[in-house]
Formats: sequence, C-alpha cells, structure tokens
Amino acid sequence: MALDSKIPKGPIADKWTNYKNKIDLVNPANKRNIDVIVVGTGLAGGSAAATLAELGYNVKAFCFQDSPRRAHSIAAQGGINAAKNYQGDGDSTYRLFYDTVKGGDYRSREANVYRLAEVSTNIIDQCVAQGVPFAREYGGLLDNRSFGGVLVSRTFYAAGQTGQQLLLGAYSAMNRQIGRGKIKMYNRHEMLDVVKVDGKARGIITRNLINGDIERHSAHAVVLGTGGYGNVFFLSTNAMGSNVTAAWKAHKRGAHFANPCYTQIHPTCIPVSGDHQSKLTLMSESLRNDGRIWVPKHKKDVEAIRNKTLKPTQLAEEDRDYYLERRYPAFGNLVPRDVASRAAKERSDAGFGVNATGEAVYLDFASAFMRYGKEQAHIKGLNENDDALVKKLGQEIVKAKYGNLFQMYEKIVDENPYETPMMIYPAVHYTMGGLWVDYNLMTNVPGLYAIGEANFSDHGANRLGASALMQGLADGYFVLPYTIGDYLADDIRTGPISTDSKEFEEVENEVRKNLDHLINNNGTHSVDYFHRKLGKIMWNKCGMARNAEDLKSAIIEISELRSEFWKDVRVPGTQNEFNEELAKAGRVADFLELGELFAKDALQREESAGGHFRDEYQTPEGEAVRKKEFQYVSAWEYKGEPKDAVLHKEELEYENIKVKERSYK
Amino acid sequence: MSGILNSSIGRKFAMALSALFLMVFLLQHFSINILSVLSPDTFNEVSHFMGTFWVIQYLLQPVLIFGVVFHFVMGFILEIKNNKARQISYAKNNGGANSTWMSRNMIWSGLAILAFVVLHFYDFWLPEVTTKFIDGDMSGLIDPSNSESGLRYYEELQHKFVDAWRVVLYVIAFIFLALHLLHGFNSAFQSIGANNKYTKGLKTFSKIYAIGIPVGFIFIAIFHFLNH
Amino acid sequence: MNLNLKIWRQKNASDKGKMVDYPISDVSPDMSFLEMLDVLNNELIEKGDEPVSFDHDCREGICGSCSLYINGEAHGPDRLITTCQLHMRTFKDGETIVIEPWRAKAFPVIKDLVVDRTAFDRIQHAGGFISVNTSGNTIDANSIPINKQDADDAFSAATCIGCGACVASCKNSSAMLFVGAKVSQFALLPQGKVEATDRVLNMVKQMDEEGFGNCTNTGACEVECPKGISLENIARMNREYLSASLKG
Repeated sequence: MALDSKIPKGPIADKWTNYKNKIDLVNPANKRNIDVIVVGTGLAGGSAAATLAELGYNVKAFCFQDSPRRAHSIAAQGGINAAKNYQGDGDSTYRLFYDTVKGGDYRSREANVYRLAEVSTNIIDQCVAQGVPFAREYGGLLDNRSFGGVLVSRTFYAAGQTGQQLLLGAYSAMNRQIGRGKIKMYNRHEMLDVVKVDGKARGIITRNLINGDIERHSAHAVVLGTGGYGNVFFLSTNAMGSNVTAAWKAHKRGAHFANPCYTQIHPTCIPVSGDHQSKLTLMSESLRNDGRIWVPKHKKDVEAIRNKTLKPTQLAEEDRDYYLERRYPAFGNLVPRDVASRAAKERSDAGFGVNATGEAVYLDFASAFMRYGKEQAHIKGLNENDDALVKKLGQEIVKAKYGNLFQMYEKIVDENPYETPMMIYPAVHYTMGGLWVDYNLMTNVPGLYAIGEANFSDHGANRLGASALMQGLADGYFVLPYTIGDYLADDIRTGPISTDSKEFEEVENEVRKNLDHLINNNGTHSVDYFHRKLGKIMWNKCGMARNAEDLKSAIIEISELRSEFWKDVRVPGTQNEFNEELAKAGRVADFLELGELFAKDALQREESAGGHFRDEYQTPEGEAVRKKEFQYVSAWEYKGEPKDAVLHKEELEYENIKVKERSYK
Repeated sequence: MSGILNSSIGRKFAMALSALFLMVFLLQHFSINILSVLSPDTFNEVSHFMGTFWVIQYLLQPVLIFGVVFHFVMGFILEIKNNKARQISYAKNNGGANSTWMSRNMIWSGLAILAFVVLHFYDFWLPEVTTKFIDGDMSGLIDPSNSESGLRYYEELQHKFVDAWRVVLYVIAFIFLALHLLHGFNSAFQSIGANNKYTKGLKTFSKIYAIGIPVGFIFIAIFHFLNH
Repeated sequence: MNLNLKIWRQKNASDKGKMVDYPISDVSPDMSFLEMLDVLNNELIEKGDEPVSFDHDCREGICGSCSLYINGEAHGPDRLITTCQLHMRTFKDGETIVIEPWRAKAFPVIKDLVVDRTAFDRIQHAGGFISVNTSGNTIDANSIPINKQDADDAFSAATCIGCGACVASCKNSSAMLFVGAKVSQFALLPQGKVEATDRVLNMVKQMDEEGFGNCTNTGACEVECPKGISLENIARMNREYLSASLKG
C-alpha cells in the first residue's frame, strides 16, 4: 500500500489556510450525533478532547492516571516555542519552521512543520486567555528565553514548570466540558486494543484499573494522544506509567509505525546513582542558557575528582575543557540536544567522566552567578568588585529563574548546586518516532488519529527544546479539530456504533486471553526484572551511538527476552482487582515487541541523523554523516513478528529549505 | 447571601466575627477590672455605670450573651463536622511537626473556657441579676437603705477571691484562655480573609494580647486574693 | 540500612484493612522512598506474595500521584517535596517507618496505599476554568499587560500539583488550601475576574458536598505542601467567597 501524506498543493505559506477553507465541515446539529474517543489526556489529548467537545462532538476521554492532570506533559520544564517575535530579534514563522526542520536534521515533513510554526502564535494567545501564568517582565508583558539550536529568544515559560501550567490550562478547558457533560471522562482506564469495523477504527477495549473490568467503547473516530515510548529503555525521564501499548496495539491492527529508532537522548539529566534507580530526572535544557558544560582537561584531575581529593571548584580555569564551546563556537553550550548528548558521551567514553561511574560531566553556574551579580550590583549601586556580594546577588537571580530545578537537584544528589557544579549526563527523554500520520494526523487506518508525541510527524530525527509542548497543543487545539471534520463529515448518517458486534467481541476475547495468560503464568521473575533487562539491551546497543553488529545482536536478544518473558514472568493477584503488576506486564510485553522493531529500524538506516547516530557513519571529527538516499520516513507495517515488519518509505521533499550540512560550528 | 451559614467558609467567617467581638469585649472587661487594682473608687463608678446604663444592659448584654452562645455552639458544630471528615484516623500522626498544640486543640481550650464561663456566671452574673431584677435593688449600694454605705462592686469582687480554690480555678481557666487566644486571634483574621502585609505585625500584637490579657486577669485575681 | 516498615494493607474499598510489618534490609541511602518500596515489592513478588499498591508516576515531584503518609506526616518528614523525592538518607538505620494512605472521608481507599482523589477533579469541574473557547481567535497575548507581582502570585498558586497532602495533613481533612490555590490563580489574573463570583461559589459548594472538613487555620497544610502553597490563598478565597456571597 502506498503512503499518501495528503499534503495540500500550493505555496507552503498558504497550504494550511487554503486547506482549511476547502475542508469538509460537520454542521453543529450533526456533531451531536458523533462520538469521538480520545485516549490520553496530556497536552495533545487534553487539548483535543476539550476542543472537540467545544465544537459539539460527544467526547469520551481516557487516561490511566487517576486524573487527566497527571499526564506526563506535566513534567515538561523549560518552555514552549512560538514565533511571536515579541523580542524583535528577527523571529518569524519561516524562521521557526526553518529551525525546526534543520534541528530535525532534515527528516521531517515540511508542510507539517510549517503549519506547526504558523499556529504556534495562537497557542500563546489561547493559553494566556485561559489563565496560564507565563513568566512576565516588570512591564507586564510576556518574557522569553532562548533554547538550544536557535539564535532567537522565542521560548515562553512559567519558571521550570511550563508543562505543568500548560497542561493545567488544557485540563481546565476539559473541566469546563466535563462540567457541561460534553466530555465523559474515564480516569484509571487503560486502553488495551483498537477495534476496527469494516476497516475503520470504531472503538477501543479498555481495562478499568480499579476493578479490572474489561469494557467496550465505541465511537466514530479514535484519537490517540498517548505519548512516547522512551520507557522501552527502562530508565528514562518518562513517567513510570508512560507506555507504548495504545500505539503498539494500533500498529498491530494495521497502523504503520514510523521512524521508531529516532529517540532523543537529553543532555542534561541527573546521572544514574545505582542499580536501584527507577527513573531519571531531567534538568531543564534552559539551564544551558546560563550553565557552562565542562570536564577536566587532564586525566590526573579526573582521577583526583573521582577520589574526592580534588573539588571541582578548585580546578583552575585553564585545566578545564569547556568542550561544547571548544567544538561549536557559534552555538557553544546551546547546541541542539543530540549534539550536546553525543559530545558528553564522547568525553565520558574517552575517560573524562567526573563521577564514580565515569558517566557525568559538569554543568557549572559559577560564571553566571558573577555575570548576573555584577549586573545587579550595578543596578543597585553596590560595589561591583566585592566578589562575595556579587556572587550572592547573582545566585538570587539564578534562584528566581531555576530555583525549583536547583532544589530538585539538591534533594536527589545531596549536593548544593549553588556551591558546586551540577553533574549531568544524557538520558532518554523523548521519542520522535511514532505512528505514521498524514497531513490530517490520521494514521493509515481510517478514523484512527495520532497526535502529540504519539505520532512521528514534526520533529524529524531530533526535536528542538520547547517544541514538544508546541506540537502537542498545536495538534490538539488547532489542527486535529479541523482535520477530523473532513473524515467525520461522511459519518453523519452512521448513527451510534454498536459494541455488540462480532468485531468488538473478538478483540475483547483476545484482550482477555492475553491478560489470563499473564495472570496464570506463575513464572519466577517480576515484570521489572524483564523490563530492566530490556532497558540494558536498548541502552547498550540502541542508545546514543549504534552500529550494525550491536543492532543485529539486539534484535536477537530482545526476541529471546520476549519469549523468556512470556514463559517466566510472574504476575501476582487476579485480573478483577487493582493490580499494578498486571498493568505493567501488559506494557512491558509491548515494549518487548517495539524494542525489536526499534533495532530493526536503526539497522536499516545506514546514516547518522539527529538522535540516530551510527558509528559507521561519522566524519573523522566525530560529526554525523547524513545521507541523501535516506531522506525518507520509514513506516513499518506489522506482519506478525516485529522482525518481519515490512518497510514503506515516504520520500521527503524539501522545496522551501535547502538541505545543507547541519552545522552548529 | 442566603444560606451562607450553611457553607464552610460562611461558618468560619461567622466563627471569626463572633471571636473578634468577644476579643473586643475581653479587652473592655479587662480594662475595667484592672481599675480594681488601680483605683477601687473608679472601679465602683464604672461598674455601676455598666450595670445600670440601659444601652449596655438591654442592648449590648443580650448581644454579648448571644455572641458567647453562638461562638461555642458553632464551635461544636464545626468540631463535629470536622471529625466526620476523617472516619479512620492515622495509626501514627505527627501533628506537632506542622502545627501548634493550640491550633489543634481549640475544642479543649474552648471547653475549659466554657466551664469557666459557667462558674463565672454563677459567681458574678447570677448574684447581680438576682440583686437587680429579683430584689429590685438598682442602687448599687452596699446597703440600699443607707446611701452613705458606698458602692458594693469592689467589695463583692474582693469577697469572691477569698477562697484559694476559686483563685486556682480562675488561674487555670486564664491559662486556657491564653492558649485559645494564641491561635484564635490570628485565626480570626485569616478566616475573614485578612492576610496581607500587616499579618506579620498582627502576629506580634496577637502574642502580646493573647498572653497579656490572661496574665493581667491572673494578676488581678491573685492581687485580690492577697489583699482582701 | 535495615528498616522495619509498618504498612497499611487493604485489599479493596470494602476490606477492613490492617497494618502489616515488613522488615527490609540493604537499603541504600541514595534510594528514593518509592525505590525502596520497589525493592520491597520485588521481594514480595518473587516470594509469591502480593506487592504493596501505591500511586506514583512521574517520580520527579510534579504529577502529584504519590501520596504516602509517612511517620505521621504527608510525604514524610522532609519539606517541600513529594514522596518520590524523599530519599532514604533522611532515615536512620534500624528505624521503624509507618506508612499509611491519605485519610479523609472524601478520599476513600481503593487498595493498600492508593486513594481515590477524584473529589478534587469534581471541584474543578464546578469552576476551575476560564470560559474561553479554544478556537485560537483570542486577543493577542500581550494585549493585556499583567502586573508582575500578580502574575508571579498567580503562578505560585498555580504550582499546586493536586496531590492532596493538604487534606491528608489537616486535622479536619479540609481541602481549602487546594481550592484556595485554584480560586486564587484565576482571581489574580484579569482574565479570571470576569466569572470570579460564580467560580468561587460553585467550587466551594462542591468542596462542601464532597465531605471535606472546615479550615481551622492550623497551617499544617502549608507546612506539608510539597509546593509551599501559602495560606494567603485561603484568605484570598475567603475574601472572594464573602464578597461573592454578598453580590450573589
């Protein structure tokens, strides 16, 4: 089957407007007769549910958490991009579009990205109208900061809790519709499969996580806003519950999975402290605005620091290697995430890691304290040469900007980051890959949509900071609500979808069979045991740098681990109760399939692009080598076993941006 | 506006208003009582005025009684409702880690004060009402048939503090009053929504009031016990 | 470290429940409290016992899922953190740690340490929003300048993660810090003032119907709140409510 991206014709700047003008609409009276299921209530799912309900559709929204407000979008820290050009520094829709495509290493779809940049400004207006308390300047206007990979300040933020504030905004919009009865909210419900009737997505099977009830829910369209699959690595910055099940089940029902190997490894996370570690904590990329990243220049100093005979603050400036500033003078500490992560790995692999495990670099605020402190001393008419005073003043400014992050760091690491540099290391953070969707955000299964991190469309091979929030809200507030009408316009006479059909029954039976197997398996090891093993394989062989040999062995190892899992996993308790182990088992079972496809995708992509770096394809200086012949989206069709998946290519064309070497030097 | 007393915030607002009223009354009561130490004659004159002026007797006194009754009835209602909001208590609760003993035990300090109020009514209010309204003696004189006998208030007051047990009971009651006020004073302001830049200053003032007034009353009781 | 855990076990909402002792050894001081429970659960599963259920998700102190009452305090003895940010170095070797669920009539236990906090959601359905359509056809974000202090105060109120520690710590199981924070966030912003009257009346009404207790200003909520939400928000809600009652 050929992939039709359904990109409208015409000049890029007019595509979206013209398309919206021609799209089929559903009249308000008919919307009342149409049901839409939205799975996931993060920024994408939450905003989509609210907007669809507001338009008049009957929305059923599902989340596995106890409240929609707890979706993991809430943990996004740094900010949200928008081409408002409030700072007058030359920003524009085109520049945001350009930065995003370049940042994505020329592996995203031009038309989608342009549309994203175009609606970005609406998001800010919308959120402010909803009462999202963005940071402001003393004049009362909105403040901005800059993020990695760009040369303008276009990131709006709310301290280090931007995701939380935006999600609460979307949640409040949902609350309004729940109060009006237009959204029926199902908390603590996990989607376990998609039901197709006559080839169209017409419902889902869910499990009530409180009592184990298996339920059938029907609708005219199903929207998945179920987030990313970073937890395939076990250790990631994702929430413990974040999972691929919804997307994977959709894949198994025919939806193509695109670019699974594109994973973002975020450069600034708190390093692993031991084997007990259950997840990793991100320190916002915004810290790189003010922090400088370094390791010692000499191995002897590394040794001394590891033995704790030398404090990092005692090391002289000339003995430090500010390697990002050295390698990328133009962007310095603000290079994109993939570049910063690989550089940290390169230094650590070369033996310069500064903690006991050898996997950590410093993020140092000492010069920011002095810079801000001097400024403050000047403003307040105090002595600019009093170092202690200047440092204190500077620390106050940094505290106002990132106080919660510093506090979080201190709680976890038990070191005061105001007095000693932070230790950071890259960690799995975001997955650019996801369900393949067309311009309408519909997968190749009619009536099945994927939005936000769950789809693949906008970030190419690497996502720029502060773009995930933008994409989630753009999809949910401003794109899907229009494009879904085009599909639903054909459904105005369909009437309610019955859940009594044999299609629903068959899928429900499969779901039950699966759960019964897990519960009755009586193996010897807990779910976590397998998940950790999977994570090790993924991190070691499909992590920041990959090679053909490792990937081949990863495919075999994951496949073996999967059969071991099904033979030997132990899930205590019963199906008909609150049973977190059972829920986890189902999720890990899907990760064990996805992981294999992930490795297969990475293996076929014989180039280095964005978050996907192959050892075999690099310049002598260690920079990525991208290849023209891989300028396509790899969309995988499920064929029974992940390793048998069939590749479909969507060629990417760049008409508005010249594909260049991606340089941040 | 209707049904405001059925809402949680309305109830606590009413509780706070009655508390503020009672605190003003307490200050007034103290100001008069301290006169008994400073100048028995002035004390007698003011007491007579308070006891016979119609505005105070027929308008303010009923309001005061209503205020007292309202404050403790509402206190009980709130306590019962609040207990219902947690049906299973914690096996281990470390309340001291996040709040003061006073704030968590207003019902107990309140009950102690209520018991004292009953005693206090028995001691002063009942005899006063009996003299004025049953015996019909509105003269305020020690001997109503002798206009030279002088006003009776100071003498009655001294007479009450002859018994050591009563003084001890009063002292204990005032300690509970101090504990009640230490939380209640600020709490009343918070309940009516006054939490602003003056709150810090108010907190200092509240400590002075909450400790000063009861200590003053204790001083008066002991003073009369020792000097009768 | 070796510890003795006393954990509340309750099979489901209708079960009576009881405290059960679990000794645990070889706990690393660098573990978070939840990682320590992960270790316990893994041991229980591999022994064939039922693991302890508890709510958790982001494990970085922002989702508000985790909700343990540890040694008599919501989120344990440390300040300005959630249970997932509590580290074992806070405890002493050999210590007995009592772990209970949030206790409140409005938060019924689902299983073990998991409680149902949907009462918070229902309060927000009643008015926790600004009635603006999500069409994108709103005015430019910078057309209404907002005083920085008000914007910062609104933000501080909005940092509430809805974990329910305020209710759990309050001797009256009052939800006023939570509702006060929600009411304050909108009351401080010009966009929110338009429907301020209805909002506070409806939210307080729902709060009362859910069976939360009344605030007696003990201040325990503010101390235990992982985000340090200030009591000022309750005072503000009181003001808003009283003036709304007079108007309405």
